[in-house]
Formats: sequence, C-alpha cells, structure tokens
Amino acid sequence: MNKKDLLLEIGLEEMPARFVTNSMNQLSDKVKSWLLEKKISFDEISAFSSPRRLAVLVTGVDTAQEDINEEAKGPAKKIALTDNGEWSKAAVGFSRGQGASVEDIFFKEINGVEYAHVSKFIKGKETAALLPELQQIVTSLSFPKNMRWANQELRFIRPIKWLMALFGNEVIPFAITNVHTSNLTRGHRFLGEEIVINNPSDYEKALLAQYVITNPQERKSAILSQLEKIEEEKDWVIPVDEDLLEEVNNLVEYPTALYGQFEEEYLELPEEVLITSMKEHQRYFPVKSKEGRLLPYFVTVRNGSHEHLEKVAKGNEKVLRARLSDAAFFYREDQKTEIAASLEKLKNIVYHEEIGTLAEKVDRVRQLASKLSENLHFSDEAKAVTDRAAEISKFDLVSHMVYEFPELQGFMGEKYALQKGEKEAVARAINEHYMPRNAEDKTPASNAGAVLSIAEKLDTIVSSFAIGIIPSGSQDPYALRRQATGVIQTLLAKNWDLKLEELIALSSETVLNSKIGKKSKSELMQELVSFFKLRIKYLLQEKTVRYDLIEAVLGSEIGSVPSLVKRAEVLESHKDAAGFKESIEALSRVINIASKAEVKGDIDSSLFENDYEKSLFNKYLSVNEELRKEVAEEAAFNLLISLKPEIDQYFEHTMVMDENQEIRSNRLHQMANLADVIKKFANMNEIIVK
Amino acid sequence: MNIQNMILTLQKHWSEQGCILMQAYDTEKGAGTMSPYTFLRAIGPEPWNVAYVEPSRRPADGRYGENPNRLYQHHQFQVIMKPSPDNIQELYLDSLKALGIDPLEHDIRFVEDNWENPSLGCAGLGWEVWLDGMEITQFTYFQQVGGLECKPVSVEITYGIERLASYIQDKENVFDLEWTDGFTVRDIFLQPEFEHSKYTFETSDQEMLFNLFNIYEKEAHRQMDEGLVHPAYDYVLKCSHTFNLLDARGAISVTERTGYIARCRNLARKVAKTFYEEREKLGFPILKDKEEGSHE
Repeated sequence: MNKKDLLLEIGLEEMPARFVTNSMNQLSDKVKSWLLEKKISFDEISAFSSPRRLAVLVTGVDTAQEDINEEAKGPAKKIALTDNGEWSKAAVGFSRGQGASVEDIFFKEINGVEYAHVSKFIKGKETAALLPELQQIVTSLSFPKNMRWANQELRFIRPIKWLMALFGNEVIPFAITNVHTSNLTRGHRFLGEEIVINNPSDYEKALLAQYVITNPQERKSAILSQLEKIEEEKDWVIPVDEDLLEEVNNLVEYPTALYGQFEEEYLELPEEVLITSMKEHQRYFPVKSKEGRLLPYFVTVRNGSHEHLEKVAKGNEKVLRARLSDAAFFYREDQKTEIAASLEKLKNIVYHEEIGTLAEKVDRVRQLASKLSENLHFSDEAKAVTDRAAEISKFDLVSHMVYEFPELQGFMGEKYALQKGEKEAVARAINEHYMPRNAEDKTPASNAGAVLSIAEKLDTIVSSFAIGIIPSGSQDPYALRRQATGVIQTLLAKNWDLKLEELIALSSETVLNSKIGKKSKSELMQELVSFFKLRIKYLLQEKTVRYDLIEAVLGSEIGSVPSLVKRAEVLESHKDAAGFKESIEALSRVINIASKAEVKGDIDSSLFENDYEKSLFNKYLSVNEELRKEVAEEAAFNLLISLKPEIDQYFEHTMVMDENQEIRSNRLHQMANLADVIKKFANMNEIIVK
Repeated sequence: MNIQNMILTLQKHWSEQGCILMQAYDTEKGAGTMSPYTFLRAIGPEPWNVAYVEPSRRPADGRYGENPNRLYQHHQFQVIMKPSPDNIQELYLDSLKALGIDPLEHDIRFVEDNWENPSLGCAGLGWEVWLDGMEITQFTYFQQVGGLECKPVSVEITYGIERLASYIQDKENVFDLEWTDGFTVRDIFLQPEFEHSKYTFETSDQEMLFNLFNIYEKEAHRQMDEGLVHPAYDYVLKCSHTFNLLDARGAISVTERTGYIARCRNLARKVAKTFYEEREKLGFPILKDKEEGSHE
C-alpha cells in the first residue's frame, strides 16, 4: 500500500472573522467524508485557517481506493433454475447485470432459503485520478453570507485568490473561477512572500517562515501568552473575553500584542462605556489593576511583527482618544436632558411600522406590569417602584450615548436615572428589564426588574405574533424564542405562581386594544400558547426529562411554570421506582375511561352499588382536599398514587359501562371528576410504561 | 502631506490604473455612491473605471463647526472599477504607499463591513480598512443597485479624506487640517459649516422644502416616463437631499417618515430600471466599443 500526504488550501481576500472557524471545519469535514465515501484510507486529517486561507492537510492517504470484493445476491434458487434444472431468464439477467455470466453463479443459504450469488471484484481507482473532485468540495462550501465578484457566477465567502492542491509533490489539477491550482501559496500580506510548497507536510513550517501561523489554536495560544507577558511586565490583569479573543484571532495571521494608554480623565466615564468603546468598536482588551479597577490602558493585537510598535500604538491611542472624547461629549450632553423630555421624544420613534411608537410600547408594558404587580400582591411601595420604572424604562434610548452604543441600553438608563434622582430600585429595574440579555445572562434579581422584564418581553412577543411575525425554522429575526425563554427563566427564578395563559391573555388584550394586527384574541392566544409550550419543552429536554413525561405535563394547560417544571422533575425522579408502572397504569385507566363521559356532572353517592365505589369516592374526597392545600409537587404525586389500591379494587369489582343508564352515567361522572384531579398534575396516560 | 496633495496623489495613482478622472457631480448628495458616476454606472454590463472627489452633505451631522470630528459636508475620494479587478486590494494598498503610508510600519487590516441601503435597493459586501485601528476606507463589492443584480460586479473604494488627513497630518481637530500651504479647512469651510448648520436646524423654510420635495418627485417621474434618465436622476438626488434637510430639522413625523422613504425607494428603483433600459436601447455602447477594441 502506497501512501502520500494531501494538502488543499483556498486563498481568499479577508474573510469575515466570525465565519472563519466554521468554514475551516466545514472544509475538513467535507474532505473527510469524501475520502470515506470514496474508500480512500488515510491516517490523520487536520484543518488550518487564517483570515486569508482555509486549508486541510491529510496524512497517509492511500494512492488508490480500496478494492471491492463483494457478493451480489440474486433470485432464489427455485426461481434461478427452471423445472428441468436449466438457468432461468431471471438468472441470466441477474448475472449479466453484475457483469458476469451464469457460470459464475453459486448458491448460498440465507434464512433457510438458497439464493443465487456472484462474486464481484472491483479494482480501486488511483486516488490521483479522483482528487480533481476536490473542486466540487470547494464550490459546495456554504457560508452565511455569499458574494459574487468581477464577471464570476460563483457565490463564495470572498473572492478566491489562489488554490494550492498537492498530492505528494504533484499538483492536483483543477480550476475555480479563473484560478488554477498550483503548488504556490502566499505568506503574510506585508511581511511574507509567495512561496512554493514541495511537500504537504512542510505547510505549517513554510508558512511560519512567511509570518503566517496557520494553526488557529497556536495563534490563539500565542496571543494568550503575549497577554500574560504584558500582565507580568506591567503588573496588570487583562480579563480575556472568549468571543473577543476568537474574533481577534481571526483578524490576524501573525499576532503581536501591544498596549497603549488614554487620558486618566476619561476614567470618569461609566466603566461600561469605556469597555464598550474598547471592545466593540476597536477590538481592544481593557486592562485592570490586580484589585479589579479599570486602568487607563488598553491592549490590542496587531497583524504583524514587533517592528514599529510605538507607531502602531500611537495611532491606536489617537483613535481611542477621539472615540472617548466623543463619548465624554455625549455623556455631558445627556446629563442636560430631563427624563420628561426624553419620554416626549419616544413618541416620535417608531418601534415597528405596524406596532407603533416606542411611547405606545412603553404604555402597554406599563399597563401589563401594573396588572402583574397586582397579581403578585406587591406592597404599595413596590407597585410604585415598578410603575415608575415601567414609565421611564426606555428613556435612555434617545440619549446620545445609546444612539452611539446601542448595546449600552439599560446600563445608561440606570446611570442616568440615578443621576436624575430616581430611586435606586427604579434605576436598577430599568437596567434589569433587558435581562436575560443572552443565553448565558442572569435573570433580573429585583422584583420590579423581573416584572418589567416579563412584561416587556411578553409585549414584544405578543405584538409581533399579532402582525404575523412568527419564528419558523431558522427564521427568528426578532429573537422571539430567546425572549420567550427569558420570560420562562424569570418566572422560574422568581418561583412565581402566575398562570402563563393568564399572562398571555392580559398581554394579548393590551395589544389588541391598541389595534395591532387583525387577529382575534382566540387565534392569537392559540398560537402563543403552543409557541410557549414548545419553549418549555426544550427547557425540559435540556433538564433531560424523558420525552413522554414532558408530553404528559404539557398535555393540558401550562398554568404556573415553576409548578409545571417541578411536576416534570417529580415524574422524572420516580420513573424508575418500584410500583411506578402500576400506579401510572391505574391512573391512566381512570383518564382513559373518563374520556367516554359525554357530560360532566356531580357524583350521586346514593347510586353506588358496591363498597368499592364508595371507598374510591371517599379516598377521592380526602385526596382532593389535601391537594387543595397547595401541597408541594412531590406530595401531590404521592397523594395521587395513594389512590392506586382503591382504583384497582374499583375496577376489579365494578363495570363502569353498566346497562342501567343512570348508574352508568353516575360512574362516568365519578371517573371524570377523578380524571380532572389527576390531569391537573399530568396526563398520566401519555406516560409510556412497559 | 496636505489635503490638496493627497487628492493629487490619489488622482495620479488611480489614473494610472486606467480610471477616468471625473469632477464632483454638481447636485447635492449624501455620499459619493449617489453620484450618477457610481449609482447609475454600476448598473448593467458595461465596463466602467472612474475616480473622483465627492463633497458629501449630511445635514444631520452639522455641528456649527464646533465639533472636531463631525461635518455638515465632508469629502470622499471615490473609486469605481467594473468589473472588479483581481488585484484590487493590491492596487488599493499601493495607493496608501503613494500617500506615504508604509504597511510595514503600521497595522492595516480588512475588517468585515457590509453595506446596505434598502431605501435605494442597494447591497454590497466588503470591509472597512483599518489603519492602526482607524477606519480610513470603505471597500465594497456591489451586489445589487436599485434593486437590480450587479453583473458584472463593481468594486467601490471610498476614502474619507478628512479622516485620512487627520492621521497623515496628526491633527485632532478636523478644522486644523492643512488644505494647501497657508490654508486650513477652517479657513475654507468654517463659515459654510456654521451657516449650513444654522440653516438646517433653525432657518430653513419647511413648507417650501415639503413643496420642493413634491415638485422634484413629480418631475423625476415625468422625465423617467420620457426616458430621460439623467435629468430624472438629478431630481431624485434633489428629493433625497430635501428629505435629509427635513429629517434633520425633525420636521417629518413618524408616520410620514416611512412614506417618504418609500417614495425615495420607488424613485431609485424606477430610475435604475430606466437607465438599464435606455442603455440597452443604445446597445450598451461602452461594451461594444471595448469588444471592438479587443478584436483589433
């Protein structure tokens, strides 16, 4: 077996940093599955990338495909042979179809029946002859954003500048757009040159000599160790934000970290403003003292060597200074504006064409928040805090600072509200009402913040649904799913027993009263409830609750989210316990038979014909009374399964579908009442017990 | 290097790359992209290589000449090459070298930045170019203009002249920039900055501007119906600038705003389509000339 190394590199104009890693992995995955599909064996596959290249190196690639030795199965023996023992037409056709003749046929038994077979041997092709197919692998790469250039039809992440494709020391011939493969690659845009790669295994080393670190992990470690060195040298702490590091890593081919400083006076700006200016706009790492105080320095990573670092630092300092002086100007200007004036401006800002202005949105959120704080029995003081926070929740959106740094919404609201003499709890709720800001973020800590967060998110979801913006598949431009999850997480964190259907109904009413959309309340509610059910389902799946248990608790209404989640967890924790199966079977039996009851009604104990009906009735009464005491979910479950003996005895001695109509309907009523109690916990008949 | 020499240097550089050197187009506009030399010529199959300085008016950015970084009117140096040459990044980097910026002494990066202007039916992909952390150029491959797919694709390079000059001359305040020996931006532009800001925010006649918008819009449509693209496009530009003036004044209410943007969009799409049709009627003359030339 002969082996060679394979190297493929796509040279590009600078790719968007955020797409580099995924694109690299996609290329290596595709090359790998192609090799597997073609039955070409190989030792190891590794992927490389930089802003200007995606590459894959495969070592020990066989120079030929595996030979194929297989047996093809044909018709059964009695069909392959005619009555007089000659080959049938079916046999002739089968062997011909396999490129053989009837002489090659042999019989082999499968499950007691003999079938005609022929042996096939397919000689593997030369790998080199197949490798030009890499062309389709490259053109089939898909990117989140594609472009065309010059006269080319191809849509790709960025224009292709060169293609290097080597099998051993031979160039694999193909072309994409007007670019032909070769054994040439290009080094760093300014520090390197175009070079020849003679052997695929030289790739990393040869490019390193041209100031390109092709292995993204190594590039990242280089950045990290440079940051550490600066930390040590200057006695600083440089907190590393993983997302920023990943982005910076994909903006450079040869990283060199350097630091610069800014005027101390800018430290008077809120920390978030400074950090956002540095991180989001300039991709700088902010610098802190060992005590955690922000220092007037920054660290940036240059795409180049140690030459002329002072010049680069000076340039970066100038840019940051201009940004911070802008920010300081905005900060001062914002402080001149009264909250009332900002609220007035919200009337002129469209939130969405069909949903109305921001002022209208704030008004709806305020109404909803007020109802929630009522339902949660907030004190008068807490109600006042929530209401004021709701009223001014968006006033910072018209500040200069948020206009320049949209990601600071809420943070600036809190700062400015405090400066303007609002209560601390009010200011805090303004900030918290955007929480959780992303999948990793916390839920609001304060009650006012939590109510406001729920109200604001619900209003966004409900008003969007009302005008037909409903997430589907990968389409969720307004991140409604994340917001719904935020509502659920906040309810859970606060352990608030609010019925979700009621919340949705309240929000729907305020939205529909504002004449948003053309849907009826019931249509809107139906869409929203199933949307929220799906979010809860995913949440429970993440908690690894078994599928059928999730279906069971989501079978009827959602009700209180914390209770629903706890019920699911109780079922999950009991599912393997002894007796679980039998208890569930008993409870399911009640639910199943109760579905035959056409109307609901009271139970008439005078119509009981046996003691078992009576004892189940008594048990039902006592269990129901206990359940009404708002017992914990675990206790509720135990109460329900305590019904099992009485249920079993009942069914053993009672025929529910009695011939006497009066007795029959009384028994169905008893079943229906009992089923209602059980279903409040879960649709037990959805649970799979084996 | 003063601004005058920067412009001369860039003109020389791009002229050597085969660009036609044009002068600024004489109708008010918010960006070099809106010049007919870009917006219209990016449409259709005809090749087009051009470079020009475009004074760009952004009424809402007016600051009475008091802000060191913001101007009612700034200058863009605009390059359009269609189809986009394969070595366009290298050509661009050479232009920086011509301006005295040695890439080895700086940190130059191409950072993703896509350009979209839904109101003109325009979309493009590309980068902002960073020089030691400062955005000095927008670099865009046009994908769609006026709602029409770009075939072939043009590349647009837009240098922010004042931005770049503040780096080259190491000045913190845009008004301190030297335009030519003995003349600063302050000398030339401070008074107009102040007056235009005052006009935009305080003294403009709103009723007249609303009327003008309607008149310009009507005339644009009428001329397009006559197949007269260029007169029509002048009125489209006038509509856009009038809208910007009204918007900066805060004269356009929420509901109206959407309507005005839709009207501008309709104009842009219609003019793009008309231009294509008129060039087609003429047999795409630049394309024909080129092909004949290449046969010889």
